[in-house]
Amino acid sequence: MELNDLPCQSGEWMKGSGPESDIVISSRIRLARNIAEFPFIRRCGESDRTAINKSVLDRLKEIEALSDLQIIRVDELDDVDKQLLTERQLISREHAESTGTRSVAIDSGERLSVMINEEDHLRIQVMKSGLDLNAAWTQINEVDDQLESKLTFAFHDKLGYLTACPTNVGTGMRVSVMLHLPALVLTQQIEKVFRSLQKINLAVRGLYGEGSQAMGDFYQISNQITLGRSEEELIDQVADVVPMIIEYERRARDFLIEQDQQDLHDKISRAYGILCTAQTISSEETMHLLSSVRMGVNLGLIHDLRISDVNKLFVDTQPAHLQKLRGDELDTAGRNAERAMYLRRYIQEKEQNGGSENN
Amino acid sequence: MKCLECEKPATFHITELTGPEPQELHLCESCAQQYLMQNPESGVPAKPTLAGMLAQQLKVADTAKELSEIDEKTCPICGITFYEFRNQGRLGCPHDYECFAEELEPLIVNIHGEIEHKGKQPIHHKQSTQTQTRLIQLRNEMNDAIAREAYEEASELRDTIQRIEAGEEE
Repeated sequence: MELNDLPCQSGEWMKGSGPESDIVISSRIRLARNIAEFPFIRRCGESDRTAINKSVLDRLKEIEALSDLQIIRVDELDDVDKQLLTERQLISREHAESTGTRSVAIDSGERLSVMINEEDHLRIQVMKSGLDLNAAWTQINEVDDQLESKLTFAFHDKLGYLTACPTNVGTGMRVSVMLHLPALVLTQQIEKVFRSLQKINLAVRGLYGEGSQAMGDFYQISNQITLGRSEEELIDQVADVVPMIIEYERRARDFLIEQDQQDLHDKISRAYGILCTAQTISSEETMHLLSSVRMGVNLGLIHDLRISDVNKLFVDTQPAHLQKLRGDELDTAGRNAERAMYLRRYIQEKEQNGGSENN
Repeated sequence: MKCLECEKPATFHITELTGPEPQELHLCESCAQQYLMQNPESGVPAKPTLAGMLAQQLKVADTAKELSEIDEKTCPICGITFYEFRNQGRLGCPHDYECFAEELEPLIVNIHGEIEHKGKQPIHHKQSTQTQTRLIQLRNEMNDAIAREAYEEASELRDTIQRIEAGEEE
């Protein structure tokens, strides 16, 4: 896998496959781990960072089950490449923006990524398309054991895995499910959902995690607590609530159709129309319109695109992806024109191939 | 991006969904805290930030003197002071959990509602906390020796570290 090939392939979470994939984009679990004999990143000098990076990478290479991992030195990448990895959710924004020696190891299917020298020495992440937390846990638990057979993690008898921030101590685990909830937004019920989630200690974030806004009606639901419960209990807490939110979203969609199908169909068709014909378009507007189109595909109102196409467009129209696909650096105006052209061409091609093949 | 309320950089991006239209607010930490505290619209109390919780906790300390004593507490292994942790929200090394145990415990209870780990444990390499601390210390001494160009000492320290890591010496 080459970094330049990434924009051409569909990452795990863009596949639009897996259980409940009309509403659930992806299931993700990450584990924070630190190597016992080093200080946490905040107190690491460059020599410590280099030593951690080397030690983890050397050990990774010894693990046969992880032999297909591609290793990327994040600090040696240019800004566009760093952003490309962030847009694909293979590294965090913090990892992209920090300084000093740091890496990421990614498997060819883009399901597993291991960030080295992020906020903690290791941030292991497994991603699955659709709602599939158990599969994600099985895989990440195995990877954690494999790494632990080679590395000694900072572990406290009472507090569990020790992390740089006390908010992650214990299991070091963050379970998140990314949902597409356009009907709950349209019917203004989303806030009610948030409040009830907050009450049971679950966090809601936008598409790209902490601080990012809810672009394209995407919301990530994740556990807030990491200590005092087993990994399985933490997973169940999220896994139990997601089917309820899916049900609310489905009901909101039914309500929109019953209440005024023509109005909804009009909204979706107009969104599609703009995406097919615009000559210049911002990332924000694209996300907003694609969100309507995505719901339209789910409701059978748009036939020429599949969910996987819409998911791909969400990612391909982001700034770094556009520039990589074009093979050129572009300013904002240039990107807006390129984005519009990319959308027109993509949709045109799908329309010419006809909806029949897609169904 | 600058904070809407003051000149500091905005680090909090809040999407307010209570009004008829979603409204985006970009605030610095202290203004965000203020905003979240005084926001009567949301039925649930806003999730306090780490900094907020720490500030709250330190108010409990009786006198200014006590407060500055806590702030000056320093980890002998990594050299971080409690003040630095309070400021940055990140600890310096695993030993901080021992060294600042008294101050951290109420904070951890506040965040997690629990104080004991119930999840998985390392299977292969479980070192005692003391061993882990010793390794960090030895590594610090080694870096120090290298900086002083005392290479013989450094290589002896490296050998000791390797022996401990291999489990030959406890």
